[in-house]
Amino acid sequence: MKAIITVIGKDSVGIIARVSAECSSYKANILDITQKVFTDTFAMIMMVDTAEMEAEFADFAEHLEAIGKELGLVIKVTHEDLFNSMHRI
Amino acid sequence: MIDAYDVLETIKMIEEENLDIRTVTMGISLSDCASDSIEKSANKVYDKITKKAKKLVETANKIEREYGIPIINKRVSVTPIAQLASAVECEDVSLFARKLQQAADTLGIDFLGGYSALVQKGMTKGDLRLIKSIPEAISETRCVCSSVNVGSTRAGLNMDAVKLMGETVKELAYITRDNSSIGCAKLVVFANAVEDNPFMAGAFHGAGEAETVINVGVSGPGVVKAALSKAPDADITEVAEIIKKTAFKITRMGQLVNRIASERLGVASGIVDLSLAPTPAIGDSVARILEEIGLTHTGSAGTTACLAMLNDAVKKGGVMASSHVGGLSGAFIPVSEDEGMIEAVRMGALSLEKLEAMTAVCSVGIDMIAVPGDTPAEVISGLIADEAMIGIINSKTTAVRVIPAYGKTVGDEISFGGLLGSAPIMKISTESPLKFISRGGRIPAPIQSLKN
Repeated sequence: MKAIITVIGKDSVGIIARVSAECSSYKANILDITQKVFTDTFAMIMMVDTAEMEAEFADFAEHLEAIGKELGLVIKVTHEDLFNSMHRI
Repeated sequence: MIDAYDVLETIKMIEEENLDIRTVTMGISLSDCASDSIEKSANKVYDKITKKAKKLVETANKIEREYGIPIINKRVSVTPIAQLASAVECEDVSLFARKLQQAADTLGIDFLGGYSALVQKGMTKGDLRLIKSIPEAISETRCVCSSVNVGSTRAGLNMDAVKLMGETVKELAYITRDNSSIGCAKLVVFANAVEDNPFMAGAFHGAGEAETVINVGVSGPGVVKAALSKAPDADITEVAEIIKKTAFKITRMGQLVNRIASERLGVASGIVDLSLAPTPAIGDSVARILEEIGLTHTGSAGTTACLAMLNDAVKKGGVMASSHVGGLSGAFIPVSEDEGMIEAVRMGALSLEKLEAMTAVCSVGIDMIAVPGDTPAEVISGLIADEAMIGIINSKTTAVRVIPAYGKTVGDEISFGGLLGSAPIMKISTESPLKFISRGGRIPAPIQSLKN
């Protein structure tokens, strides 16, 4: 399956590196990244493929959300189908 | 790649605007659980529910994590227990309720609905046994919910049942007097009850349903209000469009959860109920949507018009988003569960009479209203009869969930906590309908032509 990772919060050095490293350690393959900084706010949307992932998806999501708290960011990991069903007919 | 704006919009709806799946409700048929021994029958009921819904909570929790959608309640609805109460050879049938509670505890679900009877045309001995047992059954259990359908457009209104239900509500209020008469929050009196409603207290598994189904109730008043607040100068046509589009998106989420949950549990996919169901939390109120449209407070002139438009637009947006829309779909207007409604009542902007008018165009009826504890049973019956006839004449579902709060009077307030919230005691006319209620009989089914 594909998952969407959203990261929102105050900008700082190394956010993308940290999130990417976590994805890599879970064998979540990054397919696409959209990222912007609005004045001080960092916003990133990342699409990953979780086919190779060995851990439970819920663990991966919980882990990333905990990393978010540690960095003072809001990180959410969501199944791609949620967005497809809400925004595509 | 998915559009970044769409992704952020969805995340914002969930994080900031209280968008959630209110309930994943599994409907389970108990028609094969009848027996002349109540012990045998109740054990069959327990076994069947705990077997069929064994994985309900686990599956819903997993979907919640995987899809990032909050699923607030997991519930079960069952065949109206009155049908089983007919078969047994004893008068006291409250054992069924205790067994249902046991099943709910084993499963870890939030509510279990179906301690119900359908008596719109007449009462069987099972119906009568069940209704008589309601005060004991509901006061002794925590999450068992009860409903009684007293009228329908095709059958008319059963006034004997209306009288009985007024007395039952009063008795239940008295028995649970030490706990703000909370029992009454778990009992609803319907006209034109629907068979696939996932919302409590009125959920039951209808006779025309499959063996086991998954029904999903979505919510999201906060999302609608937030969408409208971005268009302060829009005309009403545009307001209706915004509501429709928002309802569409919300319902799509419900449809997704319904599909995934029914696939994983291996049961039939039932309906998506696209109700705007408020909670006492700030930013999750239907009253605040009406204010956003342009009323200083809910209850002002224009309230019924705004609510009618809202209810209609929600349905229109939802029907295209799901293959099967059902349940009570529309906008709920419970007082105690809606922070904006509570405020309107407290400041005197919203009266019971205005609420009654609003129920002619909302999705259900007089819901979670507290009235003085010394309100006579026949006045409660009168309120039920009025509300039921609004539904019967207009071919819509209506309901009464009223709490005659024992020992309380106008100016007091009662609090239930959690999703049930708190309610200021409302003034109700005490002019007596005793003679009317005591007559008994049945109000004939209304004519469906000559509409004026």
